[in-house]
Amino acid sequence: MSVVSLKPGYTGKVADVEENFHGARLLNIHWEGHLNYCAALCFPLPPDLPFGALISDVVGPIYGLDADWAGIDWAQVRWTLDGAPFTPDFEKSLGAQGFVHKSLLRFWTAAEREAA
Amino acid sequence: MSRNVSLTLQNTGDSRPIIEAIVADNATAQVREFPSMTKIDCPDKLVIRAGSVTSRIGRAWDVQEIHLSVISLSGTVDEEEDEFTLFWK
Amino acid sequence: MNASAPKKMSLKQKYALMTRGVDWTPTYQKPEDFYPYAQFEGIKIHDWDAWEDPFRLTVDSYWKFQAEKERKLYAVIDSIAQNNAQTGITDPRYLNAVKLFIQGVTPLEYQAHRHFAHLARHLPGAGVRIAAQMQSIDELRHTQTQIHTISHYNKFFDGMHDFQHMHDRLWYLSVPKSFFDDAVTAGPFEFLTAISFAFEYVLTNLLFVPFMSGAAYNGDLATVTFGFSAQSDESRHMTLGLEAVRFLLEQDEGNVPIVQKWIDKWFWRGYRLLSLVSMMMDYMLPKKVMSWAEAWEMYYEDAGGALFADLARYGIKPPKYADVASKEKDRISHEVWTVFYNYTHAAAIHTWDVDDAHLDWLSEKYPATFDKHYRDRYLTWRGQAAEGKRFYNNGLPMLCNLCQIPMAFSEPDDPSTICFRDSTYNGAKYHFCSDGCKDIFDNEPEKYVQSWLPVHQIYQGNCGGASVEDVLKWYHIDLGTDNLDFAGSPEDKMWQSWKNPGAKPESDLPLAAE
Repeated sequence: MSVVSLKPGYTGKVADVEENFHGARLLNIHWEGHLNYCAALCFPLPPDLPFGALISDVVGPIYGLDADWAGIDWAQVRWTLDGAPFTPDFEKSLGAQGFVHKSLLRFWTAAEREAA
Repeated sequence: MSRNVSLTLQNTGDSRPIIEAIVADNATAQVREFPSMTKIDCPDKLVIRAGSVTSRIGRAWDVQEIHLSVISLSGTVDEEEDEFTLFWK
Repeated sequence: MNASAPKKMSLKQKYALMTRGVDWTPTYQKPEDFYPYAQFEGIKIHDWDAWEDPFRLTVDSYWKFQAEKERKLYAVIDSIAQNNAQTGITDPRYLNAVKLFIQGVTPLEYQAHRHFAHLARHLPGAGVRIAAQMQSIDELRHTQTQIHTISHYNKFFDGMHDFQHMHDRLWYLSVPKSFFDDAVTAGPFEFLTAISFAFEYVLTNLLFVPFMSGAAYNGDLATVTFGFSAQSDESRHMTLGLEAVRFLLEQDEGNVPIVQKWIDKWFWRGYRLLSLVSMMMDYMLPKKVMSWAEAWEMYYEDAGGALFADLARYGIKPPKYADVASKEKDRISHEVWTVFYNYTHAAAIHTWDVDDAHLDWLSEKYPATFDKHYRDRYLTWRGQAAEGKRFYNNGLPMLCNLCQIPMAFSEPDDPSTICFRDSTYNGAKYHFCSDGCKDIFDNEPEKYVQSWLPVHQIYQGNCGGASVEDVLKWYHIDLGTDNLDFAGSPEDKMWQSWKNPGAKPESDLPLAAE
């Protein structure tokens, strides 16, 4: 059952519906193998944001503090979006590539760190 | 199968005679000292006899005075007039 | 007239007279109307008279002993103020443990006070109502004594000035807050299992020993004193917890699977909450008591064995995911310290770079994980700080939708990979740090879709504004004082001036309390 409640038919008000974010969707993004960043990052992003801008303008200033960021060969990076293998088009928007509200994007930039 | 009951008391003046009484009345009790507290473990059962404490402090000791000294305990509690017992059912 | 004096009643008789003896069964109201919360959880109680009161404390004795504890405690508090005892702690960085306590734990004591008062009305058994009533007063006393005691530190140190306000708003404080909100919005029997049993019996030593022994080892006389004053009440609380669970299990076989589910849930919620304590133990105590891993082994793995062996006869199994907790014991303190180091600019506590002696202690205590996964990270950070580029993470973290901790925990079998779990409910995604948290959500999603997640709320614009500075002001964080690295903080400078009186003083040595 969806909750044990005093009166039957209890439902809770959903706190994080997409409408509450003023046109943005939440996106979680995680650079694997770099646990100096304690957890994945969470951002509110417009669905029409180009993927390239996500990398250069949104996470770049944060991940860029890490010595490994500058040397990334983006052609070799492995990605998953919501658990499925993903190949981003840096020119296309997030919304056009399957990002939904609270999507999770994970990426691996060094072959030796990829999980077996 | 034997299991320890446990009682941890503050290291205060009030606790010292209680600890002494426990050691005197429970042959298998093991006492360990830590900063600020004393932990007493005993297989299966531990008994605090009011009379034992009374004889050490020169006045009638009320079993419920244990509340001023106890920090932690493990086991089923039985609080009676003359005795405080910890045991496993 | 009776010539002889009346015989004094035994403890048992007096207790029976003053508790069961003043109870009554309503005759013109239905029991389910009189006790409206007692049925909906599906728990069946056939005979409330079977409740055994372990402590036969009547109200007159209660007042007497509690008053004695208060007299002793307040004498010590006065003495601490008069003697400037705050100068006697080992190191001012230790006080960040006390800040965590007043921000995170003290407000929970108040919530416990409120909810035990609710139980003292709504539980059908007179014996358990008495115990709940006393516990309600105990918890209010704990709230008050903690506030009184820590108010002395507040005169000199930072981060403590607005603890109740911060508890309701800050990102890391939503962890304890949501834990207790979950408990008080549950029914009375779940609350007893969650708080009296799982928290105050099974897990209590993992809260108490780190804070109180940590205080004793680090010269914090004040915390030791209120800690022991509170712990003496805890023995009554823990017995209530054990008795309550036994009683539920004995009353009806149908109660067993319900109680098992609650034990599984609240073991896991309590364990996740304690990850904040693991960090405190391993990182914030200049003189260390023991490692988190050692504490987990002593106070859960060893002690829990005896307890669950006792409950096995009812068909109760040890909590689900206890094996995961054991796998994680070499990691969670480092993972949580990393969270706080990342976000110290947004916290009302300080963190700092770990020195070589501390690194070596961590290596020794965590031979399987520390050097492999964490040492280099701390050395890199230290190097960055030395260059004036102390690392702060300017992005907000992904939070677990259940425990609300940033998702910094790793896969049970792989310390190098963050653990991601998720559920889809009514078309929306929800993310979790672990199978334990996901299971709790999946079991009652209508409850947790309502979670007030600090990061999401900031992004909705509900937290004072769009900039970090706006949000910190909304938190009532005193910028540059409560937050950021300990090194160079106002309290660091103050401490230096106390300890080096020959140097030009930045602030005056504290005077005796007025």
